[in-house]
Amino acid sequence: MAELTQSTPPAKSVLEIPLWQVRLRLLWRSLKTNLALFAENPIGLVGVAIIAFFFMFTIIHPILMNTVWDKNTYDPVVGYDAEIPFHPAPPSAKHILGTDPLGRDVLSQLMWSTRSEFILGLVAALVSVVIATTIGAITAYYGGFIDNFFMRLADIVIMLPYISILIVMSALFDLTLPVLALILGILGGFGGTTIIIKSQALTIKVRTYIEAARVAGGGDFHIILRHIIPNLMPLSFLYMMFAVNGAIASEAVLSFFGLLNIRMSWGLMIYTSSYSGYLLDFQKWWLIFPASLSISMLCAAFYLVGRAMDEIINPRLRKR
Amino acid sequence: MRRYLLNRLAQNILIFFAFLTLVYVLVDAQPGSYADQYLSDPRLTPAQREILKKNLGLDRPVLERYFLWLRNAFRGDFGISFSNYPRQVLDVIAERAPRTIILFLTATILSYYIGFLTGKILAWKRGGWGEYAATIGGVGLYTVFLPWFALMMVWFWAYTLKVFPIGKFLDPVLWRQSPVDANYVFTRMLITAFLSALILFIVFILARRLNPAQRTPVRLVTLAVVLIGIFAYWSSTGVGRYAADILHHLVLPIFTLATVNFAGTMLLTRNSMLETLREDYIMAAKAKGLPDQIVRDKHASRNALLPVVTSFVLAVAFILDGGVITETTFSWPGMGLTLLSAALVQDIPMVVGALVFTGIMALSAHLIADLLYAFLDPRIRYA
Repeated sequence: MAELTQSTPPAKSVLEIPLWQVRLRLLWRSLKTNLALFAENPIGLVGVAIIAFFFMFTIIHPILMNTVWDKNTYDPVVGYDAEIPFHPAPPSAKHILGTDPLGRDVLSQLMWSTRSEFILGLVAALVSVVIATTIGAITAYYGGFIDNFFMRLADIVIMLPYISILIVMSALFDLTLPVLALILGILGGFGGTTIIIKSQALTIKVRTYIEAARVAGGGDFHIILRHIIPNLMPLSFLYMMFAVNGAIASEAVLSFFGLLNIRMSWGLMIYTSSYSGYLLDFQKWWLIFPASLSISMLCAAFYLVGRAMDEIINPRLRKR
Repeated sequence: MRRYLLNRLAQNILIFFAFLTLVYVLVDAQPGSYADQYLSDPRLTPAQREILKKNLGLDRPVLERYFLWLRNAFRGDFGISFSNYPRQVLDVIAERAPRTIILFLTATILSYYIGFLTGKILAWKRGGWGEYAATIGGVGLYTVFLPWFALMMVWFWAYTLKVFPIGKFLDPVLWRQSPVDANYVFTRMLITAFLSALILFIVFILARRLNPAQRTPVRLVTLAVVLIGIFAYWSSTGVGRYAADILHHLVLPIFTLATVNFAGTMLLTRNSMLETLREDYIMAAKAKGLPDQIVRDKHASRNALLPVVTSFVLAVAFILDGGVITETTFSWPGMGLTLLSAALVQDIPMVVGALVFTGIMALSAHLIADLLYAFLDPRIRYA
């Protein structure tokens, strides 16, 4: 055996390219075609543009805080502008979106909160999709009792009104942002997403390459990890978008009710104005509108991107 | 069909048990016990705390408490609400539940009906700016921050135009001299609505057997008779003024909730309709020369209805949550507002009662969706 490997001269051929390079090239090619498909759809591009716009906020805010903005005046949580006698003050050159009833700069709050919204959305979406993909792949592969158990569990979780449950939880526990992200992720992961991903995994399970892998001696674990889950990835990624949207909306509603223990968020900005009695005072639009519009727009953006991706990923809707 | 329904019923009962268990785990998982929150209160001596624990049953083992909870939940005994002190939780629920149910039912029916109609038409007239406008508008309504949207509605309709009242269930100034209380009137309103809906439904179904020329007049006459009957009944009772007041307060919350929920149905109907339109039988129907409207309404839309009914199961939780938000913004004293205000003051029995009620509502909606599905899908109906 050793003699054989030594005597064979190294053949310079396509097969000599390392496997990871081949994979990278394939990935790049599929990414390019998918991006081209995505760019055809103006709705998806609008969504991406809105997300990029808000993402810019998270980068600009620390820069502004360290250069132009005075920390005592512009801090989103403890800042106070002592030069203006009456708060909330209307928009001016100093405060582009005015100040809130406690004398803090609205634009600074808006920008600062963007980061936590992104983190919350991403964590919740990651948790939910990791759970859903794992369970979806395993239940589809094994079937039987595990399948029954998780599908009935999903039936229950679908039925739960999240907001009501979270309102109850806020009465019993101290809800902070990471805890909320985890809860939302877990609720989303065991619910409807699992059912959809499982049904996709069922169609993958009967493909011939799975059989080939089994004939080649691949174990259950290997097949699930190497063949089923990678093929579920696009769909998982798609449902991540919808999960982000749900998480941001839930957080906004809960902090609007004043139930969360967080420093600052878009929902909390509206809560502060409503708490100070400016809820229906639309003359002071800068108290309610920037935060509400941001929530609506960011949710809509993720939803739009999800819909546009749906048309590429979902084989039923794909244009060919 | 019967086997399918029995199967679903059994499943729903199992889910209800699981839900009750979940509620128990949720409450029991809170750090410490209910009595521990008085640890730092000097007015409550340790002996008193022990008595409190004993009275609340907190000194018993977990499993015993769990079965106690199940037994009490089935009896409808959720204890006494702290924030409405001497009243039982069930009593509070009985008072406020009808208001939530009517909000949920009317908004759901309205949003599904309108959403289905518009989605159908959108799919039929595909392309052009109308499609983009509908998609953008639909997504906007679907993802809008609901409290803000509700506020905008209040601001526009109630604050600027002054067409509808700003919030609440009734106008206290008007009700000061009323001979009866609000629930007396509201219960009768519900009964009237239910009876007239039943009569209309039966007549409309029966009218389907008549020939097309007679159908519309029969339906219109019945509608007129029912409307006159309602009017006559309420003017004879002498409290019609108060009923009208409640109705007036009801319009804006229902309109808001329905507007937000209809967008999802519209988008889904459009997608499902587009898929149906690709089927061969649609082309066959068109080829044999049927009018467009009949192909759309009879051949395509009925088949496109099934995914929409399925989506209702997923949407129930969404609509219930929307109800909580709408009730809060409009100060509508239903179960959603009760749940939120009880949670804010740590009124645990009331919170749990409201949550169980919400769960029961979600489950009933599921069961109705299953019934509807079984009725609509001939593969199940004749199985």
